[in-house]
Amino acid sequence: MTSSTLQPAINVLPSKKTPIILSVIAVIVFFSFGLLGNDQAAHFTLNSAGDAFELPELVFPGRITNIVFGVLLLAIAAYAWMQRKQGRILATWMVAIAAVLFVLGFLIWVVSGANINSISLASLLAGGVVLAVPLVFGSLSGVLCERAGVVNIAIEGQLLGGAFTAALVASLTQSAFAGLVAAGLAGAMVSLVLAVFSIKYVVNQIIVGVVLNVLVSGITGFLFTTVMQEDPERFNSPAHLPVIEIPLLSSIPVIGPILFKQSVIGYLMYLAVFLVWFGLFKTKWGLRVRAVGEHPKAADTLGIKVNAIRFWNVTLGGIVAGIGGSFFTLVAIDSFTKEISGGRGFIALAAVIFGRWNPIGAFLAALLFGFADNLQVILTIIGTPVPSQFMAMMPYLVTIFAVAGLVGRSRGPAAAGEPYVKE
Amino acid sequence: MKLELRGISKAFGSFYANKDIDLTVDDAQIHCLLGENGAGKSTLMNVLYGLYQPTEGQILLDGKPVEFSGPGDAMASGIGMVHQHFMLVPVFTVAENIALGAETTKAGGVLDLQVTRKKIREISDRYGFDVDPDAVVEDLPVGVQQRVEIIKALVREAKILILDEPTAVLTPQETDELLDIMRQLKANGTSIVFISHKLREVRAVSDVITVIRRGQVIDSVSPESSTTELANLMVGRAVELNLNKAAATPGQAVLQVKDLTVVDPAGTTTLDSVTLDIHAGEILAIAGVQGNGQTELTEAILGTQPVTGGSVKLAGQELVGKSVKQILRSGLGFVPEDRSVHGLVTQFSIEENLVLDLYDRPPFGKGISMNLEAIKKNAAQQIQGFDVRTDNPLNPASSLSGGNQQKVVMARELSRDLKLFIASQPTRGVDVGSIEFLHRRIVAERDKGTPVMIVSTELDEVMELADRIAVLYKGRINGIVPGDTSREVLGLMMAGVSQEEALAQAEFAKAENEPVEAQPASEHDNQEGEAQ
Repeated sequence: MTSSTLQPAINVLPSKKTPIILSVIAVIVFFSFGLLGNDQAAHFTLNSAGDAFELPELVFPGRITNIVFGVLLLAIAAYAWMQRKQGRILATWMVAIAAVLFVLGFLIWVVSGANINSISLASLLAGGVVLAVPLVFGSLSGVLCERAGVVNIAIEGQLLGGAFTAALVASLTQSAFAGLVAAGLAGAMVSLVLAVFSIKYVVNQIIVGVVLNVLVSGITGFLFTTVMQEDPERFNSPAHLPVIEIPLLSSIPVIGPILFKQSVIGYLMYLAVFLVWFGLFKTKWGLRVRAVGEHPKAADTLGIKVNAIRFWNVTLGGIVAGIGGSFFTLVAIDSFTKEISGGRGFIALAAVIFGRWNPIGAFLAALLFGFADNLQVILTIIGTPVPSQFMAMMPYLVTIFAVAGLVGRSRGPAAAGEPYVKE
Repeated sequence: MKLELRGISKAFGSFYANKDIDLTVDDAQIHCLLGENGAGKSTLMNVLYGLYQPTEGQILLDGKPVEFSGPGDAMASGIGMVHQHFMLVPVFTVAENIALGAETTKAGGVLDLQVTRKKIREISDRYGFDVDPDAVVEDLPVGVQQRVEIIKALVREAKILILDEPTAVLTPQETDELLDIMRQLKANGTSIVFISHKLREVRAVSDVITVIRRGQVIDSVSPESSTTELANLMVGRAVELNLNKAAATPGQAVLQVKDLTVVDPAGTTTLDSVTLDIHAGEILAIAGVQGNGQTELTEAILGTQPVTGGSVKLAGQELVGKSVKQILRSGLGFVPEDRSVHGLVTQFSIEENLVLDLYDRPPFGKGISMNLEAIKKNAAQQIQGFDVRTDNPLNPASSLSGGNQQKVVMARELSRDLKLFIASQPTRGVDVGSIEFLHRRIVAERDKGTPVMIVSTELDEVMELADRIAVLYKGRINGIVPGDTSREVLGLMMAGVSQEEALAQAEFAKAENEPVEAQPASEHDNQEGEAQ
């Protein structure tokens, strides 16, 4: 008989994923971007029109910089392997540095090999934020719904519904603000269907969401061809929301255009991110919402009305996404076209997960996707060695790698997707 | 507060889960509801807590009739409930869980947890709970989570506390601590409704015991009644509580598990270098609090759990790396812990369930067809042999009671020639009568010379069946001890105390308690408690 069988624990090493990814990007930067890269210098301008003062242009010699970056990345990768051997995980800031080095290295490589060896960093960032606006609103909608336990696949439909209604109402009334309000209502209408079917009639939430996307796409497409195209002057020439520049602040280089040179919707976005974050994590309402999304039965035993909270949260999410959709037709583009949201609702869904169901995380994730989207546009303009079709894939590749590679397993609200029915 | 239930009935369709129940709980009384699983205790309490609406009958608090449309109403009237499955949000902190639903706020609905933290500390100090308000609930041991639940009720000023099977998830030591807490609460004037089917605890702590069977009150008795009396009342006929099995005659080591390690996808080591042998003709029981690697151990042997390292040899043959089918074919009989999910296809007929893993072999299957005649004959035989109570073998397995379902699983697994028999929680949720039967079958299999592994979180069952006991703690074997090891030592080992330490502590406690032992086990009661 064994008297004491407490044996030493077997050392289980952490996953190889991070060191492998780091090694791969280090090799890519060192060889492809560095040794095989272009000798020309890459120029980055930091100023945009109307800035208060001049900043110097950043110039990097293509090959040398990337060889240096490559060596640094190789060192980080080697360190990651060593850490793993000792059973430790690489610090998050090291991973962040590696990611920044890779992105910079990529930019320098592409720009130095392009027809025009110069891009404006300021407009790259500011444009990225602009493209991210609908994504941010969409992902906030996702956060609001999923935190309360309802999976919202219908973000795409809410964005599209918001865009269409905003265009129609702003054309008829010639008031952009009326369009904005109408967009919120349209988003809420889409949400209402989701809420009624998934909460009251306990239909599978994914299926309702998918059907809603198809439905909204069909209705807006139909009305576009039968109404809007018949008389575009009357039905599809919406009034636009002006860009409001805050004096002085908007002329700070780089930051000014991002924070202080936005449309009303742009400012609303910053406000909404803060409000949703504050509401979810600092208030009584937020505590109840999160409880309902994690353990509805526990909330119920404490006298909280689970399905009422879910219903209102889904509706609120719809309003938020609808407003985000109006950005397409009231700010970004002159008029409504079919499928104007172009799948951004699904990218917003990825941003929810990448941002770990946190409004601020989702905001940052949406910014990343917006940035990748804008980069693709700018790089196509300056003419890079990479075919433009590949460039167009970039936002989606970033999505996949971001969600699968660097985030790892993230845990969402435990009861998301599960209807709550009292026995 | 005095609670009265008058003529409470609760029907689901035509089935009455509670029928005409009268119950009176006096002020500062511990009133036990004793009954088997499925007797209707939990339904009754859910009615009392406002989760169900009674079909008939009345609830009175201090003589005044009340009606609850939801748990909120019940709480407002001073009723608190600690559910069998905790109603805590795992990712919230203790303070957040306790504040939920009764939040204190600053202007604009901003949460103010300071008030809640203060209340938690007050209650925690008063009862010696030692609960940190800022700890995240999922990181806390179940015993502490249960205290959080009790605090939750007390913060809401519960005068009547319902405890639904509170000891099911606790180690024996934690159980004793809970019983002490209950006595303290009573001393402070709280009435407690204590739901349980464990006779030992019920007798130790109750003032009155009300026995419920098939949804009806059978009798109210005093805690001085003997265990046999209580068991007979609960089951409705005379039961034999002692198995009186013969001593084992172990042969060679047939199952040899060496350094078996399982790491789950999240990277947590759930089974940590487990090494054990089981000899022919002996029962090795795996004791431990739920969630300490029992599931992983049995599933790793069966082959449904990916193994990170180590080996499992059955009669010299390596099992790790083989398919489940190959492992079953090499002579493993396996009773999974959750019969309705993993043991049966509940929509299938009893007949079909009895050949679930044999359907493709003679005599039941040949080529692509099944021999329905042989399946029918087999069913008749097994139903008779295992005394499965059903009027038709073609009924779905879901129509059977828990005990009879378990008999079907057990009958199927024992109908083959086995080299190893593993049963997880063989009698969980099974009525006392069937427990006796199933235990005898397990011992009979041992006496045929089969090595048997029993995994159970019920210490009574472990001690009843085991020839040797291996205690699992946090995925490791914390010692393998003889079958007659005392409850105290096992309890300490289940809580992670090493075997030597546990023996020494138990020895010490015995010496210290010797003179007190003669009195009833109420040394922790304070004076007020005794007076009532």
